Amino acid sequence: MTFDQFIDIALFAFLAATAIAMLRANSLFAAAMLSGIFSLLCAGLYTVMDAVDVAFTEAAVGAGISTVLFLGTLALTSSRAKAQRTIHWPALFMVFVTGAVLIWSTLDMPLYGDPNAPIHHHVADRYIEDSAEEVGPPNIVTSVLASYRGFDTMGETTVIFTAGMAVLLLLGGPALMAPFRRKGEKGAEATSEPAKAPSKTRSGKGDT
Amino acid sequence: MRHHSVLRASAKILIPPILLFALYVQFHGDFGPGGGFQAGVIFAVAFILYALVFGLEKARRVAPPAVTHSLSALGVMIYAGVGFENVLSGGNFLEYNVMAHEHHTAQHLGIFLVEMGVGITVCAVMITIFFSFAGRGR
Repeated sequence: MTFDQFIDIALFAFLAATAIAMLRANSLFAAAMLSGIFSLLCAGLYTVMDAVDVAFTEAAVGAGISTVLFLGTLALTSSRAKAQRTIHWPALFMVFVTGAVLIWSTLDMPLYGDPNAPIHHHVADRYIEDSAEEVGPPNIVTSVLASYRGFDTMGETTVIFTAGMAVLLLLGGPALMAPFRRKGEKGAEATSEPAKAPSKTRSGKGDT
Repeated sequence: MRHHSVLRASAKILIPPILLFALYVQFHGDFGPGGGFQAGVIFAVAFILYALVFGLEKARRVAPPAVTHSLSALGVMIYAGVGFENVLSGGNFLEYNVMAHEHHTAQHLGIFLVEMGVGITVCAVMITIFFSFAGRGR
């Protein structure tokens, strides 16, 4: 067993252990922290596979921001899961069948990390051989992300923007919607202190 | 967290390097790992750390909602704007090669602008989402 294999096996074992611990955790705080650890282990696995860009994103978003958002949500709701110890047999059956089908479908997939897998020879060869001439940056991931697949990345950016706006509309509070309400309607006077600035500028725009 | 002087002091020391590291990740993405997405998140983390330690009101004064909301739209507009600029210059949408005579320069400029748009949007959206969550409880 080589050193790389040992690291792979150790990381996967930790991943499985973290997942099981997360399932069994009753305290949601513990579950949130464990999901951060899960993301960090994933980042480690990506680094072992030389996918440092993905690892970077996973560490920043998965282990960092998501955990903070989970904790922020827990501060608003309860920090303990509802006790549920009865087993729902049809659900368990469905989970087992789905899991078995998924595992069965992996049997004719290429081996883990196989360099001859079709996915590594569709467009990847051109990216590796020609991107230095066609695009320029030494980091091929940047070339693919921002130039070859520029359209995809624009879609992703739009998705993030849309997600932000959706959260704002759902959680932004009454202050955000105040400019769109008629005067005297309920909620207009509930304008909270911190968000006064945008409502001022917007109502100013609406007057003109 | 008014009385945690260790936390406050270490946050004050940590925030500038975090911002600097985010800028490094943003502008060094062509040469090493990184890019707009990661840089935006790291830049936002500095503000989130500030909000966690010094309170939401102070953080809102540093990053007012009017600014973060506009910035999150501005990033997408920069990205799409590069695409439309290329169309107006006679190329395809997001075909950077028409932006300069030498195609490496053009690609570099295009990638730079596009990544900047991504970074601005991601950073502003992350701050917005965190502030919405954190501002909900009061």
